Amino acid sequence: MADTFLDSTELVLNMGPQHPSTHGVLRVIVKLDGERVIGTECVIGYLHRGVEKIGENRTYQQFAPYVDRMDYVASVSNGLGYCLAVEKLIGVEVPPRAQAVRVILTELNRIASHLVWLGTHALDVGALTPLFYTFREREDILNIYEKYCGARLTTHAFRIGGLQYELYEGFEDEVRAVCDTILPKIDEYEQLLTGNRIWVGRLKGVGILTAEECKQYGVTGPMLRAAGVKWDLRKAQPYSGYEQYDFEIPVGQNGDTFDRYIVRLEEMRQSVRIIRQAVDRIPDGPIMGKVPKVIKPPVGEVYVSIEAPKGELGYYIVSDGSTQPYRVRVRPPSFVNLQALDKMARGALVADLVAIIGTIDIVLGEVDR
Amino acid sequence: MRKLLRTIFLIDLIEGLWVTFHYQHPKYRCTEQYPAERPKVAERYRGAPRLNTNPETGETLCIACNLCALACPEKLIVVSSERNEKTRRKELTTFTFDTSRCMFCGLCEDACPVDALELTQDFELASYSREGAIWDRQMLEEGPRPTKYKF
Ligand code: SF4
Ligand code: SF4
Repeated sequence: MADTFLDSTELVLNMGPQHPSTHGVLRVIVKLDGERVIGTECVIGYLHRGVEKIGENRTYQQFAPYVDRMDYVASVSNGLGYCLAVEKLIGVEVPPRAQAVRVILTELNRIASHLVWLGTHALDVGALTPLFYTFREREDILNIYEKYCGARLTTHAFRIGGLQYELYEGFEDEVRAVCDTILPKIDEYEQLLTGNRIWVGRLKGVGILTAEECKQYGVTGPMLRAAGVKWDLRKAQPYSGYEQYDFEIPVGQNGDTFDRYIVRLEEMRQSVRIIRQAVDRIPDGPIMGKVPKVIKPPVGEVYVSIEAPKGELGYYIVSDGSTQPYRVRVRPPSFVNLQALDKMARGALVADLVAIIGTIDIVLGEVDR
Repeated sequence: MRKLLRTIFLIDLIEGLWVTFHYQHPKYRCTEQYPAERPKVAERYRGAPRLNTNPETGETLCIACNLCALACPEKLIVVSSERNEKTRRKELTTFTFDTSRCMFCGLCEDACPVDALELTQDFELASYSREGAIWDRQMLEEGPRPTKYKF
């Protein structure tokens, strides 16, 4: 060990935990041979708050606000996954109106999450402008959340069994307006970036992960689809009424950073398509299913996974028959996708490492939980 | 040939710069100049807690049922009450709310049967000490008084 570290050609460098391009507090120990990366190691846990352990000491309803704090840029998706898992555990049917509203809000959240990703990823690679534009557009979505449930980031929008809040006056029109403005804006980002030779040069052929490797690592979400695998849980195992909506699964071919960028932009367009269909036919009816005041599920276990903006987000809940879960295990997409970092970074230039970390779209709140 | 010309004249970069240039017009400004310009938050905004009182008599609406304290995941609400011997009803004595631990999830507000506890549109909760973040009954009934700046 000692002589490899003292070898004059190799250099061990710490990137993070305070490096702005690690999207939080990720520390990557990089081994360099000149400009080439010959190995990386991630050190995680700086943001560990023990969310899974907290879950064991809270009742089922009380744990719902904590899941928002894992992937805080896509808190609505986190809430949906948790609510679906508990609903399956206690066998509650969610009314169709609540399902439609859930779909609208989670798809808006997918757009918001991808906008944050696009802005920060472009910033990492050196394009400063898109950050301001994406955050401006995200603001419209956050305003809808604020009006709907009273919070912008950690929304706690859904409750077990349905929704807590009825739609506000003018919700449909505002959602339609966001859909109408976001599409030309996505074209504008493309105009800024897709043709730009620096952007293309920095991303094309960087961080390639083939379909086979993705499956080996368990990588899901846009990263898997960029490698050409048509796998989306919204189509494969529809939940919350996704089977009623018509949309495409965008796929890439090369599985490089550029393809992931194209896939995510296309996903935003598809989300707009889903939202438009859903908002035109929100059914009438109740918004809350028949949920007992005190949730006491039977002894058993359940695993439910959804397609979060970053990949497959799963909740595994074990019940011992009391009002508190015996164990809550979260399968966060960022945590699993981050494993592939070493594979992608080996052989790349040290400057590309920033682009590769950005393209995974990690949120450290979710990696460390 | 076309590609070569595009490369020489940096067309792709100019296209991108045009997007930026187009947003120079002042009508596209969207930065809020806080605190000179205070944001107007939504009606359902979950901000500072408030213990509502009856507007006519000034008596508290809270019936000291303790449901909010039981609903709170962080267990930060402490309600104490005393039985009134004459009316044989529970009366609220003290009510503390630790805003420093609150995550504004709204579960306490949903649990309150008489809508006494409410999360309001006030969002300026900073204080000079940790103790200042623990609000007592008086503070909860009167609401915070943030400094208004003149510009
Ligand atoms: S908002 Fe949530 S965390 Fe805050 S006091 Fe109410 S229940 Fe507790
Ligand atoms: S739930 Fe409402 S009425 Fe009951 S103690 Fe809390 S504030 Fe008072």
